[in-house]
Amino acid sequence: METAAEQIPLESFLFVAAVIFSLGVYGVLSRRNAVQILMSVELMLNAVAVNFVAFATYTDPELFRGLVFAVFVIIVAAAEVGLALGIILRVFRNRATANVDEVSELKW
Amino acid sequence: MTVAELVFYLLAILAVVAALGVVTTPNVVHSALALILTLVCVAGFYVLLSSEFLALVQVLIYAGAVATIILFGLMLTRGRELPSVPAGAQWPLALLAAGTLVVVLLTAVLDSEWPRDTGVVTLVGVNTLGGALFRDWLLPFEVASLVLLVALIGAIVISRQEEEGEA
Repeated sequence: METAAEQIPLESFLFVAAVIFSLGVYGVLSRRNAVQILMSVELMLNAVAVNFVAFATYTDPELFRGLVFAVFVIIVAAAEVGLALGIILRVFRNRATANVDEVSELKW
Repeated sequence: MTVAELVFYLLAILAVVAALGVVTTPNVVHSALALILTLVCVAGFYVLLSSEFLALVQVLIYAGAVATIILFGLMLTRGRELPSVPAGAQWPLALLAAGTLVVVLLTAVLDSEWPRDTGVVTLVGVNTLGGALFRDWLLPFEVASLVLLVALIGAIVISRQEEEGEA
């Protein structure tokens, strides 16, 4: 009995991950709501994690370093979301806006 | 077409459509729900890639905790009129940049020689992964727990309501 990964080529996973990553890039660049930008960043992180796991499964089955890396990506993403939403809430409380264009004091 | 391929293509289409929804729907709550769908599809990819533990973690942490936090954030930043923030004038440029990126990435994927299936795709069980995490990757693991602790404290300090007379 073959595992599922043996029936699907590696390229397929890379392909989907590339498309999702680019959609995330588009979201970060085009959206103005801070929470939506955060969600687009999550999309990009997920696409990268899929790449890591795919490479670990296909090219490194003994040490599966990519899999360990994906675990750390998820940990960092969780920390990032908590902290980012704290900042967004604080900005919203002080400025009553979630639009990143209206919070430009640090812009050079 | 085998069952695995069929499942993969269904998941792939669903994931891309949901990701498109995340970045295009004007309603923020809808895009959060689409994000949850994408995250669940990614969990399906992990199952197909024989890493059940990561699929579980993905569903628990991402589709569970992260999505809930984001929905909470939406709820709390709604307030009076929801800033249904306009899409921003730079979307054509964003489309150009993302389009260029996807073309470059897909060309790179298609043009490269990837190692063909070696036939030794093994199932990495929870035991193996846990052993590796606590034996070979112990230091990064501890650093990661420190990162989580710092993020936790930081989030509390930043979003805490200030008391009277303070600050």
